[in-house]
Amino acid sequence: MTNRIGMEVSLMVSEAVKLANVDVIAAYPITPQTHIVEHLSELVADGELDAEYICVESEHSAMSACAGSSAAGARTYTATASQGLQLMSEILYAVAPMRLPVVMTVANRTVSAPLTIWNDHSDIMANRDCGWIMIFVENGQEDFDQTICAFRIAEDRRVLLPVIVNMDGFILSHVIEPFEPVDQKTVDSFLPPFDPIYTMHPDRPVTMGAFTMPEIFTETKMAHDVALRESEAVIKEVWEEWGKLTGRHYTAVEEYMTDDAATVFVTIGSFSELGMEVVDAMRQKGVKVGLVKIRLFRPFPTEDILSALTKFKNVLVIERFLALGGVCGPLAEQIKAAMYKLKDTPNIVDFVCGLSGRDVPPEEFFGMYETAINAIKDGTVKEFYLWGVRE
Amino acid sequence: MIDRYRVYAPNLTNQKENFAEGHRACQGCAEALAVRHVLKALGDDIVIANATGCMEIVSSPLPLTSWNVPWIHVAFENAAAVASGMNAGLKALMRKGRIPKKRIISVGMAGDGGTSDIGLQALSGALERQHKDFMYVCFDNEAYMNTGIQRSSSTPFGAATTTSPSGSKSIGQATWKKNMSRIAAAHNIPYVATACSSYPFDLQEKVKKAVALGGPSYIHVLSVCPTGWRIPSHLAIKYGRLAVATGVFPLYEVVHGKYRMTAHIDEKSEKRRPVVDYMKGQGRYRHLSEEHIEEIQKRVDKEYEELVKLTEL
Repeated sequence: MTNRIGMEVSLMVSEAVKLANVDVIAAYPITPQTHIVEHLSELVADGELDAEYICVESEHSAMSACAGSSAAGARTYTATASQGLQLMSEILYAVAPMRLPVVMTVANRTVSAPLTIWNDHSDIMANRDCGWIMIFVENGQEDFDQTICAFRIAEDRRVLLPVIVNMDGFILSHVIEPFEPVDQKTVDSFLPPFDPIYTMHPDRPVTMGAFTMPEIFTETKMAHDVALRESEAVIKEVWEEWGKLTGRHYTAVEEYMTDDAATVFVTIGSFSELGMEVVDAMRQKGVKVGLVKIRLFRPFPTEDILSALTKFKNVLVIERFLALGGVCGPLAEQIKAAMYKLKDTPNIVDFVCGLSGRDVPPEEFFGMYETAINAIKDGTVKEFYLWGVRE
Repeated sequence: MIDRYRVYAPNLTNQKENFAEGHRACQGCAEALAVRHVLKALGDDIVIANATGCMEIVSSPLPLTSWNVPWIHVAFENAAAVASGMNAGLKALMRKGRIPKKRIISVGMAGDGGTSDIGLQALSGALERQHKDFMYVCFDNEAYMNTGIQRSSSTPFGAATTTSPSGSKSIGQATWKKNMSRIAAAHNIPYVATACSSYPFDLQEKVKKAVALGGPSYIHVLSVCPTGWRIPSHLAIKYGRLAVATGVFPLYEVVHGKYRMTAHIDEKSEKRRPVVDYMKGQGRYRHLSEEHIEEIQKRVDKEYEELVKLTEL
């Protein structure tokens, strides 16, 4: 194992992509993803990474070029955020059912208007059902590890689905963190070259992306859905192998200090690290809270979430997306839906906060905790709380 | 002119049909014919990215396909970008020794809507990037035929479509046809040409030339649409020839920026036929008055003369 070094998290992602020895990168610059593709272009320019780098004229074309490249059998990567992801949206829905294992980093950022460049999850949640595997990371080390794992998961013949690794923009993408790199030999042993089943090549012609009639469309969707659901087992298998190789173990749902907890925070993305700090601080004050963090969002690890969350009395969901005109945030919504069939469910209180990168310091968690516990006591829990609004 | 070749035609062209029979194009579809000719000229070592449109719909109803060559459809506006990706992917894999080295042409194909409207940005990006072994073919039937004859920016002035209908206050399409070939040529690419399936050998020669010059190349093929143009289906070839003979759709090529009127069609010594010969009989122009046709004649004359001047540069 190599030593710990400090590096900007975006650059760690680029280094992971280099170690994965990608064949094609197609990218368009957008804040806060830019440092990733800038560094990749340097790696290509310096001959450290042997890949084709296509400077496309939009994110729509970035994902379109990725589709073409992946269809040709090349290991393909891109990164985007916010408006860029929205522009790609149409093609996201084409890439997944075509079973093209593209890997993409999304440096999560708010979707305007008003125009803002900072972080929340409105970009990815708007595309949550596009059929990609979606992983959320909480720190740089995890981002690095998950980027390598993403290629292995995506290209597994039992999966063959594209993967999005979500990192919180700025909050994670632009910070310098310590991490332990992995050497090329280890990555090579873990990640074999992409061996596609069908490719765009004249020696063996195939037709991809055909047009369907209603008589067969539902079956194609079912095939996609089954593949996505069944990928959960493969994802866990890949993570287990990575854990054995590096000592860094990942699970779909992770618990922190939950053994004796009555109340837990449920977090996703970089809130998870903050959440652990909060749990430590609250426990010092004698409040028995814990944390459940969700790493895998698609396929939604329903069983793992149920077995984790049903143990507690109160579940406080902390998420970064306001579902305009909806019932609650998407994370709480999924959890509530998953629990609907159960007889005894915990109290679920949803907090939407940190929109457009607004800082959510640890004290705010105390406030949310208090609000939730009081509302539960009074029986006045709302469907969700938009937290920290200035009146 | 094609009569000259009748006896020898089978020997002059690729016998293999990479666009298979049994597709679902309308009767008399000159676009299907154009695709067939383009594929004959391209040969086997190609990969195609096809935009959403007539050809995609008629040729790929799952689980059937009309394509004997690798073919992919992703969306409406991105044929050029998908072809760019295939081009880059194949290049990288060959360089890394993962697949054998071989010259493979990445071909983007789209209709006039998928090219001059929604696909223009992706096309411009691909041409600007100067991909080698990259070719783009626009099959121009002058409207969104597949969705029911709506106007595009390639619909000619005066043509009635379902979104530019003629009426007491409308002459139909009120703006002039976007000049896609000139726009493509402005990207300073090695080869740009116009072609028409009524002139199959000219079309095939242009495709071969585009391939020989390496790319990126752009070929704009006028593809007569009997359904949308409201003409009898057996007259598609005739109307293609009339489009050329009247100067409405001149055939030319631009090799490294140098314009040249091509082949046997409409050399300067020949007198162009009046546009009315082309327009009469087409239902989409039925409502036009003599004044309108005169206006169109003036515009066609002006554009034709401009083009001739370009060839003299």
